[in-house]
Amino acid sequence: MNIQFRESSEAASPLAVKTAIADCDIHPARATRAELYPYLAKRWQHHLEVYGVHAYQGMMEGPPYPKAQPNASRRDAYPPEGGPQGSSLSFMQKQLLDPNNVQLGVLNPLNTGQGIRNHELSAALCSAINDWQIDKWTSKDKRLKASIVVGNEDGLSAAAEIRERAGDKNFVQVLLLSRNVEPLGQRRYWPIYQAAEEAGLPVGVHAFGFGGNPITPSGWPSYYIEEMVGHSQCQQSALASLVLEGVFERFPKLKMVMIEAGFGWAPSLAWRLDKVWQRLRSEVPHVKRPPSEYIREQVWWTTQPMEDPERREDLFDVIKWIGWDRLLFATDYPHWDYDEPSRVLPAGVNDDDREAFYLGNAKKLYGIA
Amino acid sequence: MARHVIAAADELPPGTRKFLEIDGRPIAIFNIKGEYFGLMNRCPHQGAALCEGPLIGLAQSTDPGEIEYTKLGEILRCPWHGWEFDIRTGQSYCDPRRFRVKAYPAHVEPGASVVKGPYVAETIPVKVESDYVVVDL
Ligand code: FES
Repeated sequence: MNIQFRESSEAASPLAVKTAIADCDIHPARATRAELYPYLAKRWQHHLEVYGVHAYQGMMEGPPYPKAQPNASRRDAYPPEGGPQGSSLSFMQKQLLDPNNVQLGVLNPLNTGQGIRNHELSAALCSAINDWQIDKWTSKDKRLKASIVVGNEDGLSAAAEIRERAGDKNFVQVLLLSRNVEPLGQRRYWPIYQAAEEAGLPVGVHAFGFGGNPITPSGWPSYYIEEMVGHSQCQQSALASLVLEGVFERFPKLKMVMIEAGFGWAPSLAWRLDKVWQRLRSEVPHVKRPPSEYIREQVWWTTQPMEDPERREDLFDVIKWIGWDRLLFATDYPHWDYDEPSRVLPAGVNDDDREAFYLGNAKKLYGIA
Repeated sequence: MARHVIAAADELPPGTRKFLEIDGRPIAIFNIKGEYFGLMNRCPHQGAALCEGPLIGLAQSTDPGEIEYTKLGEILRCPWHGWEFDIRTGQSYCDPRRFRVKAYPAHVEPGASVVKGPYVAETIPVKVESDYVVVDL
């Protein structure tokens, strides 16, 4: 008999995967608001203390819907030294990067400065977050790469931020959120796509955001569970807008990554778009090819929350349509709906596809040797 | 089935839980209002350390608007995706047909029976006058 006692269950953590993986959606957090101050002009520190931030919708002191767990995070992800989940590099290394053999971790900070009405403040906060990502994360752990956060509602200042960071190896993509003031294909956002295309950086569109519109197409729902499923609806309208406003046509080298909104809906959206485009293409003559072609050529998808149908064949059918070369594995650490690397992919996938799913696609897309 | 003495009863007062590994298996023992329960500390869904989760009740509803909250403190909610398990049986409430956590019977034995019996207390200095929490697996 062998009994070992533990203060907490930490050592009894889940099975580690042996092969190296990429995690394309990690959320780093600030331990305190003041952590950003070294990167913010005094003028904006003062502004934050006196006025705070003013978003496009109310209830900014918290999200519009209560989350399932504190900070929408895993209960076991509080760093031992205190602070919110995701705020400690050493604990992230111990809990996520080391045991799962993460070779590339893409940081997508949330609650940054995106979607703030004061566009100067929005730009200053986003720039501060980008400096902070280098100082606190990417310069300290070479496995981590950052996303350039931009003040999305002001396309020009966003483009300026992208140009300033272009070529900096700490950054591998530009980050937008799915809920904006207008659908993402609209012209106010074009300077972002232009700058990203020039810089050779993919644009990630992460679920969430505070655009001021109801979070489902039919209005404000009652429950958090409706917000959860609403992310795919929101991402679908964003993608339809990108196609139909001609963004992909105008920026043929632009690569978009749909983050945290599922992917099972992709084929049916593309089928519907193709069908109506055949009938109504004279309305959008700038969309020169069937919409599905743009989607299959210019869009990638992160896996978390991984589709989980009862029959795994259904999942494989969807992935086959999307392409095994288009999925980017993600955990969403430290959030509560985290996907465990060793458990998300059902058996029955050949080695090449499995490798592409867990690592190869991400390395290729993000240009990591 | 072997029995393992895992704590003196007063080391595991009501409302506390203890994490341990027996023969490499991660386990947690709970004392809920004087009753003892043992569960495998690995969630059958994606493998989280299940027993770190909060103990809640069971919200059930016969009709929209009619909500009953029962089994207060007896439902373990996984720290990751929030699946709910009955601490008495290890049964999942999300998909009871397919998922359950392995439950290990845990109870208190008087000290005298523990030292006399076939059970060996390895890590706890045994005082015969105390009661011990014993788990079977
Ligand atoms: S790992 Fe426990 S609910 Fe998913």
